[in-house]
This record gives sequence, structure tokens and C-alpha cells, in this order.
Amino acid sequence: MNVFSFDNTFEGLLTLVFDSYQQKRFPDEILSGEGSQPVLFASTNTIETDDRKAERVWNGIVKHSSEENAHRIYRVFLADLPDTPKLLVKYIRLIIDSNKNEETNFSEPVVVEFNKLHQKVCREAHRINGFVRFQKTVEGSYYASFAPMYDVLPLCIPHFRDRFADQQWIIYDLKRNYGFWYDLKNVSRVVFDDLKVNPQNGQLHSSLLADDEKLFQQLWKQYYHSICIQERKNDKVHRQLLPQRFWKYLPEKGFHSL
Amino acid sequence: MISETSLEKLKILAGAAKYDVSCASSGTQRSNTKGGIGNASAWGICHSFAEDGRCISLLKIMLSNFCIYDCAYCINRKSNDIPRTFFTPEEIANLTIEFYRRNYIEGLFLSSGVLRNPDYTMERMVTVAKLLRTEHKYNGYIHLKAIPGASEQLIADAGKWADRLSVNIEIPTENNLKLLAPDKDFRSVLEPMKIISTGILQAKEERQKYRNAPKFSPSGQSTQLIIGATNDTDRTILKLSSALYSKRDLKRVYYSGYIPVNSYDNRLPALNTPPLRREHRLYQADWLLRFYGFKANEIVNAENPNLDLELDPKVTWALRNPHLFPVDINKADPLMLLRIPGIGTHSVQLILLARKHTRLNSSHLQKMGVVMKRARFFITCNELRSQNVQELKPEIVRQLLLEKKAIGTDDAIQLKLFNPVMPALGQ
Ligand code: SF4
Repeated sequence: MNVFSFDNTFEGLLTLVFDSYQQKRFPDEILSGEGSQPVLFASTNTIETDDRKAERVWNGIVKHSSEENAHRIYRVFLADLPDTPKLLVKYIRLIIDSNKNEETNFSEPVVVEFNKLHQKVCREAHRINGFVRFQKTVEGSYYASFAPMYDVLPLCIPHFRDRFADQQWIIYDLKRNYGFWYDLKNVSRVVFDDLKVNPQNGQLHSSLLADDEKLFQQLWKQYYHSICIQERKNDKVHRQLLPQRFWKYLPEKGFHSL
Repeated sequence: MISETSLEKLKILAGAAKYDVSCASSGTQRSNTKGGIGNASAWGICHSFAEDGRCISLLKIMLSNFCIYDCAYCINRKSNDIPRTFFTPEEIANLTIEFYRRNYIEGLFLSSGVLRNPDYTMERMVTVAKLLRTEHKYNGYIHLKAIPGASEQLIADAGKWADRLSVNIEIPTENNLKLLAPDKDFRSVLEPMKIISTGILQAKEERQKYRNAPKFSPSGQSTQLIIGATNDTDRTILKLSSALYSKRDLKRVYYSGYIPVNSYDNRLPALNTPPLRREHRLYQADWLLRFYGFKANEIVNAENPNLDLELDPKVTWALRNPHLFPVDINKADPLMLLRIPGIGTHSVQLILLARKHTRLNSSHLQKMGVVMKRARFFITCNELRSQNVQELKPEIVRQLLLEKKAIGTDDAIQLKLFNPVMPALGQ
């Protein structure tokens, strides 16, 4: 049984593919994360991430399919699920081993599975684009935190950067403990050790909030309830479209998930 | 400006605007300008979902719910004794910006009751849009309701600042409109629509010549029809919609099941619940017009002036035309694939791509999202086939399809209706 482990970066995964081809040995099992896993298997093949190898695999994917497909692979990687690396290796092999472009071959189960997951990741990113709620701080900057199901913040950043170009903001992933900070010029990745945020609802400590922040949250909540047509209430659809896991971060839901 | 007292005003003016169904903010691509705030993303974004399941993407609000008119179907008619209030243009602009900066909304959808006269009202609405674009350097989405009867000049101004303009027709025939809204006539509604569509067309032509020519309502115009407040048939409604799509180049026609807000008025039917199922069937028929290449008279005709409430309009059309089936999935042209019940636009794309690789069978189709329990009566694919609509006779197929649907369809209906992304008909 071939067991590979890598550092859980996208470049790491592409390096893993490169090394497998070179060794003509493909993984049955993939462990991710740096040394966090117990060594259950005697002969684990530990991958050293190498940007040049990663780039060659990326170019290979582009050549055998399309640039868009390579980006799709990256997005699926962000699903950040235990089985994603295995699915991706299988998918990349199918692409690289064929002379035809297999990305649209929906008669292959792995292509279907890949595209389904891709859709889920994109949907989560799209939801985060909509459901992020900024709180205005005393300094006039804007802060939001969330716990996305997949690691989608990197996909959302270009949108926020374009839309909120004239305000400083931070969007923070509480589940993965990192975020992005925009300072009116650049976006950088940040990690906070002593975040003054209530993990239950993502709200900043009230001493950090602008004077009128609570008023606008109230106004929004008022709006949310006034716009609903009682005669058409539909709880089931409501919950499908606005899953409960988001509620605790939303002022209009009173920060309650129940 | 905005303070605690705004809470009560917001409650009244959002509550008054909620019956306008247009939720879409999609269709414009406007990028942010240097030093400005906001953009409009082509897909539109839902920022929340109300408890009725509708997408909330815009601050949908009335400037004022005072109104000098007395339309029978409207909660804000002058003869109703209800709390009335208004926001100033500055207040609305402010509220929009504050909500927008917090990522609550995609933009503003502003309508109003008629204050004093149409021009006075329209002017205040235009002021809001102008404030947002100039003072606040706001590049997000703005949808303005054109007030029936407003002057051409004001509508032209509105089109300069707004992404979308709309005029609600509300009642699909002139006679019924006169009956229910004595202060309005078709002319006062259709005239602004014509001005808008001419404006859009001219601006488009100008922009082909000069890149920097000003835009005019770049995301087009839309309208709303109330369903079930009058005895107009689906045929009348769909013929009107299809004329609006082709002659006035409308982006969307919205259908709003009549909610009896003024049950005391006996010009209106007594309804216990809004006709949601009919509304849903009309939306499906509307998708068929816009995305599936159907003509209105294929969906409804003199013998069948109303849509079948039990089955979706594509299925009913197919059952009326059994001679066109079964369709060979591996050979048929895209337009015919689109006409197969159980197959949506997305599946058609996948089928076209996938059949270049392999001959497709039913398990492939299933994985691509084709609803086989419906499609199987209308197709042949690369394998032993089940009995099709010709062999079974349409009546039997109809029965079979109805049995399959017996459980819990209403929720599914709502879900599709408000799904903002893909046309989901027949999926
Ligand atoms: S003009 Fe508009 S707000 Fe006034 S009563 Fe008629 S529909 Fe209602």
C-alpha cells in the first residue's frame, strides 16, 4: 500500500503528483497536514513541496485540458475535506494520461464527482460573498468574521477588494483562524492571537465598535422582518436557502442559530 | 438624519414596498471607479433570505407611502387608514450607503406612492440616485420605479443614474386596469416604457460609436403583473409578456400572485391564499419563452387558455405533441433537447459536451441531473428503452407523472422560483 503525506498546500499536492509519476507509484492513501497525523503506516512517502515541480504539473494540466480547468482544480482543493487530495490525484491523472481533453467527459464518474464538489465550493464562496456582515469599528474600518464550510476566503477576496476599495476591512475565518486585511492598497493574510471577538457570533467587543454600529444592525434587522410577506411564509425553503449554520453571524437573525 | 426614529419609518416604508417582487440585481456589470465604493456583479448576490423564502439583495423601499391615487389592489391607496410617513432623499441615500458598506445589500430598489403629482415624486426619486452617484461616489446597483405619468425629461434623467428602470403594468388588460385603478390608464404606463426602451436603444447605439457616451438604464427595464386579481387568462398574460420581451426588449416580467390586502373592496375576488401555484406555472412558462425557444401560442392557445396547474408547461406541451417524441439523446439538435421534459438548460450543455466522448445511456443522463422519471417517456438513448409517450398514449403518461408527484411539491416549487442562478425548469 502506497501512503503519501504532504503539507496540505496546493503546491504540495501538485508536487505529490509529480513525484508519483516519477516514481511510477501512485498513492492509495494520502495524509495531509504537517506531522499532525499519527504514523499508522510504516513506509510513508513524505513529499517535499517544490514550486518548480508544482508548476510543471500545473502546465501539464493546462496543456492537456485548459487553464480554466487548472483553476477549477485549485478551487476544488479548497474544499479542504479529508478525501479531496485523493479525488484530485485521480482527476489529474485522468487529465494527464489522455490525449483528448477529458474535462468534459461526464461519463467518467471522477469527472462528475469533481464537478459536483467544484459546484459546492463555488456555491459556498458565493454565499460568503453575500452573507459576510461588516461591523464598523471605532477607527472607521470594517470587520467581519465567519466560519465557512470550505476554505473559500481566498476565492472571495477579489470581489471584496473591488467592491469595498475605499474602506479598510478585515475578513476573518474563525474556523481556520486566519483572515485577510485590506489597507486601501494591498490585501495581506493575517493571523490574530488575541482576537477580541465573541466566537459565538463573530461580533467584536462592544468597546471596539463605532457609535452607530448597533443602530445600523437594528435597522437592518427591522428591514429584514418588514420585508417578509407573512401570507407567503415558507420555513422549509427559508432554511434551505439560508442554512442555519450561518444564522449566528447574522444581525437580522439576532445572532441566534435556533 | 438616521436615528432611532428611522426604525419606525423603515418598518412602514419597507413593509409598504414588500409586494413588489423584483429581486434581481443581476444583469449589470459596473466596475468600481477610483476612490469610489461599490460595483455591480453580473450574477447578483443574495445577501439574505426572508422567512417567505425570497432572496434579499436590495434595500427595497418606498420614498413615501402617501399616495394621491386609489388603486384597488394596493395597500397604500389613499382610502386606506394606515400609518404614513416618508424619508428625505438624503436619508435614503445615507441608509443605502451604510447598508452597502456593511455588505447587507447589493443596492437600492426605490419606489414611491404618488405625492402631489407624478413629476414631483419622480424628481425626488431621481435626486436620491443622483446623490448616490455624485456625492457618495456610489457604483452599486440602483433600480428606480418610474412613476406612471411622469414627464419624459424626468424619466430621461432617471435613466442616466439608474441601472434599471421599471414601470409596473400590474393589470394585464386596459379594461380591468381602468376598473381597478381609475387614476391610471394603459397609456400612462406604456408611455414611460416606450421612453425607456427608446432611451436604452439610443444609448447603446451611441456607445458603439463613442466608448464614453453615457449609459442609459444599462440593465434594462422590467415590469410586474398581478395574477388573480382579475379574470384575465394565462393566454392574455403570456401574450402580453412575449410582446414586451420582443417589442420593448424587457429584461424581466415578474408575476405576483394577488394577496388580498383590501378584502373589503368587492371589485376584487375573495381569496383565502395567494394563487402561488398559478404564479409558479407562469414563471415556468416565462422561462420557456426566454430560454427554451418556445412561442407563447405553443404554451397556451384558444383551446387551452390557462396553464395546467398540475404539471409544468413543458410537460403539458410535450403531451399535446406526442408525434415529436421520442427524441434520440445522442443525435438530437440542442433546441429539441431543450424541449424534452426533465431536461434543463444545464443538462443540455452537459449532454452536448459529453456525447462527443461517448454514446450516452440513462445512467450518464441521471448523473448529469436529468430527471429520468420524467424524461424516460420522451427519449431514446443508447440502450434498451422503456415505453415512450407514443406507445403509452399521452393520457397514461400524464397519470404516471401525476402519481410520481403526489408528495410535497409545493416547497420544491418555491425553491426553484426564487433560485437566482439557473433557470431550473424541468430539472
Ligand atoms: S399609485 Fe402606486 S402607491 Fe398609489 S395606490 Fe396606486 S399602486 Fe398604490
